[in-house]
Amino acid sequence: MFKIVHAEFLAPGVKRFVIEAPRIARKQKPGQFVILRIYEEGERIPVTIENSDRERGTVNIVVQSAGKTTQLLNSLNTGDSILDVVGPLGKPSEIANYGTVVVVGGGVGTAMAYPTAAAMKRAGNRVISIVGARNKELVILEPEMRAVSDAVMITTDDGSYADKGFVTDKLRQLIENGTRIDLVVAVGPIVMMRAIAEMTRKENIHTVVSLNPIMIDGTGMCGGCRVLVGGKSEFACVDGPEFDGHKVDFAVLVQRNSMYRDAEQRSLAEFHRCKTESTARDLEDAGVAVPAGRQGEQR
Amino acid sequence: MSLTAKKSSNPLPLKERIKVPRQLMPEQAAAERAHNFSEVNLGYSAELAQQEALRCLECAKPTCTDNCPVGVKVKEFVERIVIGDFLGAAAKIREDNVLPAVTGRVCPQEDQCEGKCLLSKKVKPLGIGYLERFVADYEQRMGTHIVPNAAPTGKRVAVVGSGPSGLTVAGDLIQKGHKVRVFEALHEIGGVLVYGIPEFRLPKQIVREQIEYMREMGVEFETDVVVGRTITIDELIEEEGFDAVYIGTGAGLPQFMNIPGEHFNGVYSANEFLTRINLMKAYKFPTYDEPMLDLHGKDVAVIGGGNTALDAIRSALRLGARKAYVIYRRSDSEMPARAEEVHHARQEGIDFQMLTAPVEFVSDGKGWLTAARCVRMELGEPDASGRRRPVPKEGSEFDLPLSVAIIAIGTGANPIVQSTTPGLGTNKRGYIQASEETQRTTRKGVFAGGDIVTGSATVILAMGAGRRAAKSIHEYLTTGEW
Repeated sequence: MFKIVHAEFLAPGVKRFVIEAPRIARKQKPGQFVILRIYEEGERIPVTIENSDRERGTVNIVVQSAGKTTQLLNSLNTGDSILDVVGPLGKPSEIANYGTVVVVGGGVGTAMAYPTAAAMKRAGNRVISIVGARNKELVILEPEMRAVSDAVMITTDDGSYADKGFVTDKLRQLIENGTRIDLVVAVGPIVMMRAIAEMTRKENIHTVVSLNPIMIDGTGMCGGCRVLVGGKSEFACVDGPEFDGHKVDFAVLVQRNSMYRDAEQRSLAEFHRCKTESTARDLEDAGVAVPAGRQGEQR
Repeated sequence: MSLTAKKSSNPLPLKERIKVPRQLMPEQAAAERAHNFSEVNLGYSAELAQQEALRCLECAKPTCTDNCPVGVKVKEFVERIVIGDFLGAAAKIREDNVLPAVTGRVCPQEDQCEGKCLLSKKVKPLGIGYLERFVADYEQRMGTHIVPNAAPTGKRVAVVGSGPSGLTVAGDLIQKGHKVRVFEALHEIGGVLVYGIPEFRLPKQIVREQIEYMREMGVEFETDVVVGRTITIDELIEEEGFDAVYIGTGAGLPQFMNIPGEHFNGVYSANEFLTRINLMKAYKFPTYDEPMLDLHGKDVAVIGGGNTALDAIRSALRLGARKAYVIYRRSDSEMPARAEEVHHARQEGIDFQMLTAPVEFVSDGKGWLTAARCVRMELGEPDASGRRRPVPKEGSEFDLPLSVAIIAIGTGANPIVQSTTPGLGTNKRGYIQASEETQRTTRKGVFAGGDIVTGSATVILAMGAGRRAAKSIHEYLTTGEW
């Protein structure tokens, strides 16, 4: 059992958990992730590591509500426990002094991008961060990103905060302004990473993306997370999750991530049908279909 | 006490024993079991077990024991069954085998003990596996456990991987007074016994009971630890103070065929397919959350001819598949699967497409599998494995309509431990180098065995390696000599 020592919403439906996991905290490096299982009948899902505290032996994870498991997870609070947390998994980001690194975080992907941005900064890079979200409330970790970046650019799809538009607009601006970019790291929705990769391909800027396929064990045992990279099959859990964005076949990733859509919808529907009054309240806390103003509240 | 010194307890003269027919294993009817995950074999009753035990010829030099990788004293345990001392029989097995309820079910006895049984020269061999299973289950029902009382040595051993070889090492060393801690990457103990072998062949409750037994013996288990990621071998030794480490991580890296279309939705590795069903209980979806493609009314094929292939396709049948095929590129006689499993699979209605190999997967244009494009093969000259090489027949191409294809053509070495342990020697296929006799690796205090050394083999061979390793670890811990 892994105890949640602190839980808080960063945005509607996006929650940060500080989890007691000393072994993981000691080893975690930017770019890595954990796999967790909430309860006995639960599935195993990969989750982003935002940060860790070696001294306190804790790991911060950030979770966005989507299906049953993430909704259930986001109904947990300080003092609750998660049955299994395993990691840190995946290869760490390749941190070096590249020169100027543009770190792009889309939505909850910002949580995964943040430790990489911080490490790139520590390695002596000039770090320009671009953070994008659907709207103002979904912009997460802005102060954290500012603390580790030389410049931060923010976009919202609806213009409710900072500049209206997409992260790609900001990247295009940088390129058009003649900013020398040595590396782009992009973490976020597949469509975003694909758009970024397409843009940098033309400019010949090396681009790393962090992939999020369906996984079970996370140790290279099942092969469910295989992705096509440069025409070759790679396992995101052990060969990645970061890959050369110019070589990734994003269409295959989208297609494979849709494999269990029917089952996922059925799971979610049953979950909502079965839930009791009290879990309904938990779900509200988790930011599902309730007014945004209430969502930051904790029990 | 030597059995040879006393008179046989078997009332039958040798000539009579050979006339007793091998007692059949009671089993669930094929038509019924093809639709459930309950165990196929139901187990001997005490009467059947005692009747079967009478057939043992009590050879002066028992070749069955010589041919058992862990050296179970067959003659001695069978002798105890004859007189109805079932717990004594169980204790006798446990001197050499910490997982009798498992091996009694999944061991390929025809290649091991029973393959060398003297009876098989004239009639069917003694049902050693069935008898082992009977006494192990009897012991479990009685709830009697032997708890070791060896004086503590103060030495600590880390076992990496909780599959059959790791469990054997743990069970043997705890009985020598060493402290043992087993690290498992998954959330459940048992390795391939829980993620790989299906419920209908090895109920998970049986595995849990055997693990519980080991806990009572004092073995400690820690799940959710991926050695090489969560902690390294060096950290186990230097920071956590383990005096020796045994690596039994298995051969868990699935191999694909590298043919077009392997990324289509509906194409699985056998590891993934079986892990979803066995470890994650996807067959109980939506009670359990892990999803599985709905196989009801679908056509499913497995590619490969080993036990894993049969486990996968028989699982697919139980999940409602309309047609369930085995696609194997050689013929019946080259199939590596156990004869009993092939027999059971045929009874259940599995369609064997022998001398057939897929060359490409076909999709609906949206990324969902619709067929396997196959060719028929014929057998040519023997290849490196000594088996006749399958050669494609020209013009034999055809499409086999499928919704799901499961690839079970073997596994490779998972590199996580090797790549994070400096100085640990590996061979060119990535398996860990270890002495066949002592299981010592190129690193002092580090031992390895089972599939991560040999490549994928059987539960009992991994256990055999575990036994040798335990003996050699004990020697190392006692003498300090490397």
